[in-house]
Amino acid sequence: MSVPLPGQGIVKGLVETARNFVGSYVEKDRLVTVQYPEERVPQAEASRNFPFLVYDGDDWQKGLRCVACQICEKECPPQCIYIVKDTARKPDHTGKLQFQPRLFEIDTSVCMSCQVCVEVCPFDAIKMDVEYELSTSDRFNSLLLRKAQLAKPNQYFHKIHPAEAAEVDARLGADKAKAEAKAAAATRPA
Amino acid sequence: MNSEPAKLENAPLAKPYELRPKALADGGQPGELLEISMGPQHPSTHGVFRMDVVLDGERVVKLKPVFGYLHRNHEKIGENTTYLGSMPYTDRLDYFCSLTSNWAYALAVEKLAGLQAPERAEYIRVITAELTRLQNHISLVGFLLQDMGASGTPLMYAFREREKILDLFESLTGARMMCNYMRFGGCRCDLPPGWLDQARQVVGEFPRFLDEFEALLSGNEILLSRTQGVGALPPELAVNAGITGPMLRASGVNYDIRKVDKYGIYDRFDFRVPLGDHGDVYDRYMMRVLEMRASLKILEAALRDIPDGPIMDPKSKLRGFRPRAGEVYGRIESPKGELGFYLISDGSPKPCRYRVRPPSFINLTILEDMCLGHYVADAVIILGSVDIVMGEVDR
Ligand code: SF4
Ligand code: SF4
Repeated sequence: MSVPLPGQGIVKGLVETARNFVGSYVEKDRLVTVQYPEERVPQAEASRNFPFLVYDGDDWQKGLRCVACQICEKECPPQCIYIVKDTARKPDHTGKLQFQPRLFEIDTSVCMSCQVCVEVCPFDAIKMDVEYELSTSDRFNSLLLRKAQLAKPNQYFHKIHPAEAAEVDARLGADKAKAEAKAAAATRPA
Repeated sequence: MNSEPAKLENAPLAKPYELRPKALADGGQPGELLEISMGPQHPSTHGVFRMDVVLDGERVVKLKPVFGYLHRNHEKIGENTTYLGSMPYTDRLDYFCSLTSNWAYALAVEKLAGLQAPERAEYIRVITAELTRLQNHISLVGFLLQDMGASGTPLMYAFREREKILDLFESLTGARMMCNYMRFGGCRCDLPPGWLDQARQVVGEFPRFLDEFEALLSGNEILLSRTQGVGALPPELAVNAGITGPMLRASGVNYDIRKVDKYGIYDRFDFRVPLGDHGDVYDRYMMRVLEMRASLKILEAALRDIPDGPIMDPKSKLRGFRPRAGEVYGRIESPKGELGFYLISDGSPKPCRYRVRPPSFINLTILEDMCLGHYVADAVIILGSVDIVMGEVDR
């Protein structure tokens, strides 16, 4: 092996730097900076930030899917969900009477966006939002999201997670069809 | 390489200066010593790490690492939450490599509960773990060069490539860093459509970048003179101190848990474990570069062979998960070394004892032996070459 000239390694490195500098004008994968507020990276289907509550139909109070079973409250690792059950019941998508939450609060200053609540919810009522421009000037009050702020329509869910929402809709639709068939079978003999 | 810390006789001693009190009297060093506290806000200490360094002139005569500024009670929280509830917290151990932390924890719980991840899930685990290794090593090299004073360029190139891998993580798991992806008995969700092609493309382009990166760095005279012979760690000391991972292999000890335990499906891949010769900072740098090349080999094979099929063990369940009583230790080769989870279960939904063996914490205990006799500026790069993440050191 020949002895390298002193400084050869540095020159070689500088050639690399020059290649990257010049390359950034012509090659797309060397110029990767996204000029953020003007340009945005499209969000992936799986993106997640903080949870929100899905409701069907137009009235968020009536359409809320959550049945206040409090499973998510129990499973949330940092314990940032707070639920109070309402005594009044309301029908769910299959027409069965279910409980509903009177209070449903998520402290987003504590939430760590882990998606555990979404995974454990048996009613597809809580899903992950993708909204990320959430800064506020108040550390306490505005970071505690109330039920009214959390409720978002199913259409919004379709917009942010199309594949997952379609799957959930198909599943809920099948439940509903089954319940209707059962109800029809029960009423026919009468 | 000499296995003794460099002798101090040659170092010129500072002239005694009467008015200043002696900084530290023990150790019996003649002359005036200066005790400084580097960190916890020092930019080169990789987070909130602090070292109390005693200097004789510019040479380190004593170094005391001080940990705990980022202590979050991880283990106690793990004992007070369900098995599933600890999974997102493991992301926050080594926040550069959340997927390998997930895997180590999932592996321990699977051993405890007798679950077996299906074939496809095992492949996904290998792919994500090796991608994690790539992005960890590449950013480590970037940070190491930053510590050496190469401000910006290598780090920015490294981050440019890392971002491509993080994009893959985001489209798979929903988050760039806090992935929370693996579950007991499989993975949380299947690969989204097109993910494999994107991954193949990233893996296919990576060698070109590595070649460029090596052309930029490996032969650079400044890098050579700053790193060769600095911070040598003799193999016997490394083994005695329980050092693992690239640091151990840089000292020439052939120990890679992927080969030793063959956990998951690592017995199906043919890859070489690079070994160093001197155990100095340069070897540790080279070790990372060579390991990335080995990881690329594994990735190519895994991306080629990945089968279709389920991704969850049907016996596994999310709610009401209660493994039987017992005691396990699950470990994997994380990018930083041996990452192990030790769990004792009493049959309840919460572990009775939850203990983490963090590689970067144990690798850090040897810092003083490597730094003695070197310049304080070298202490910074020796620390950089250890590859620490304070989230894992302090837990
Ligand atoms: S969000 Fe789901 S898990 Fe939580 S209380 Fe409502 S229905 Fe139950
Ligand atoms: S995402 Fe995680 S931390 Fe946030 S509310 Fe859901 S379970 Fe709790």
